[in-house]
Amino acid sequence: MKFLIEYISTIFRTLGSLWKGMKLTGYYFFHPKEILTQEYPENRSKLVLGERFRGEVTMTHNENNEHRCTGCSACEIACPNGTIRIISKFDIDPETKKKKKAIDSFVYHLGMCTFCNLCIVSCPTDAIKMSHEFEHSSRDRKSLTKILNKPGSKLMQGVEE
Amino acid sequence: MVIVGLCVLLLFVLLGLIFVYMERKVAAFMQLRLGPNRVGPKGILQALADTFKLLLKEGLTPKAADKFLFYVAPFIVIIVSMLALAPIPFAKGLQMYDLNIGVFYVSAVSSISVIGILIVGWSSYNKYSLLGAMRSGAQIVSYELSAGLSVVAIVALSGSMSLGDIVESQRTGWWIFKGHIPAIIAFIIFIIAGTAELNRAPFDMAEAEQELTGGFHTEITGMRFAMFFLSEYINMFVVCAIGATLFLGGWMPFHVGHFESFNKIMDYIPSIVWFFGKTFFLVWVIMWFRWTFPRLRIDQLLTLEWKYLMPISLFNMILTALIVIMKWHF
Repeated sequence: MKFLIEYISTIFRTLGSLWKGMKLTGYYFFHPKEILTQEYPENRSKLVLGERFRGEVTMTHNENNEHRCTGCSACEIACPNGTIRIISKFDIDPETKKKKKAIDSFVYHLGMCTFCNLCIVSCPTDAIKMSHEFEHSSRDRKSLTKILNKPGSKLMQGVEE
Repeated sequence: MVIVGLCVLLLFVLLGLIFVYMERKVAAFMQLRLGPNRVGPKGILQALADTFKLLLKEGLTPKAADKFLFYVAPFIVIIVSMLALAPIPFAKGLQMYDLNIGVFYVSAVSSISVIGILIVGWSSYNKYSLLGAMRSGAQIVSYELSAGLSVVAIVALSGSMSLGDIVESQRTGWWIFKGHIPAIIAFIIFIIAGTAELNRAPFDMAEAEQELTGGFHTEITGMRFAMFFLSEYINMFVVCAIGATLFLGGWMPFHVGHFESFNKIMDYIPSIVWFFGKTFFLVWVIMWFRWTFPRLRIDQLLTLEWKYLMPISLFNMILTALIVIMKWHF
């Protein structure tokens, strides 16, 4: 008798759990609003990307063409596959006539980047961030090597303090 | 005769195209995707494009294969699914051949398709093919039993094996409503066993991609693969058509007791629409299974059949017999 009760209750439990799964997929079938897929080339103009989406590394510049990169090369060390190369130079301060380290160019090899976000995490001055630009395909490999600091830009005041 | 044959072939191709598109769209919607939407408006030409691709593929034959059997197997499979179509009543008066043992004929013929699968598995000289074919054999042989027993319930209720008569016996109401609980149990068992006989997920270990690459059709390419593919979909249609005919009243419209005006309106819908509507509903249910449930292991599969479906359907048969003798059905 105990066996029979267990047998029948197993059947009903099984049917119940199967129905639970079917209810979910059935709900999705009849509610096309839930669909997550986006039709990409068509919706290119009104594309919505997540806040944390990692497109490519960019350097932020303010309106006076100033960036926040001190050239400490923490990102260069953090990068697991040598994507970032910082070439530094020495500026001479016009007031104190002292030599001061600054970046000449922040070289970023997009072709080698795995978008792991480690450089952005390691940056002590928040100079670089991930942009939402993701259409990177190119016919020329050279165009994937980018210099992130804009020509003529210099360090923002008060970053080093 | 020739015209009928041509019509069947046309139906074959049409059903194949519709099912491929339907399967992909249903799968997509259930998985929160959009599905094919590039070839033609809403992707309706996708199935045609797939067929064209298969036509252009190279027909490969393994060196060590048993050539004759390897070539003959796809034809066996497709002929079987063509034969099973014969006694199905598509609409009022539209039936190719009303056998007096129609139900028995369909279940007998449809189990031949396993021979085609076994032949492919054997002749293609590939361990995956052989394993897949053996699994498929074990599966179809065991599920044939409960599918047959669930059909017997309806045969007992309607008192005839001819599909035409069975449809006629549902003029006052479909068996799933008239036959009380036994008919509902039989219907559920029929759908489960039918899905298993079709080698479809969750019972698709015969071609379990993750462990057997392609299962029994690992070595089948090009148009031969297309034939297997087509016969699988036609078998799905046959199972669903039989299910619709036995349990959901075939081409009979939906009537509710004494609502005369409602019944009149239902009568205006042509019988062929009723038949295909019910069949496609069942096809959709089977697709729903496929995109919801994970695949069963072989031991789980055999446990389900021999410990659950088989005893239940035997018990159900006794219950049905009781109902028929006591005339409890409507």
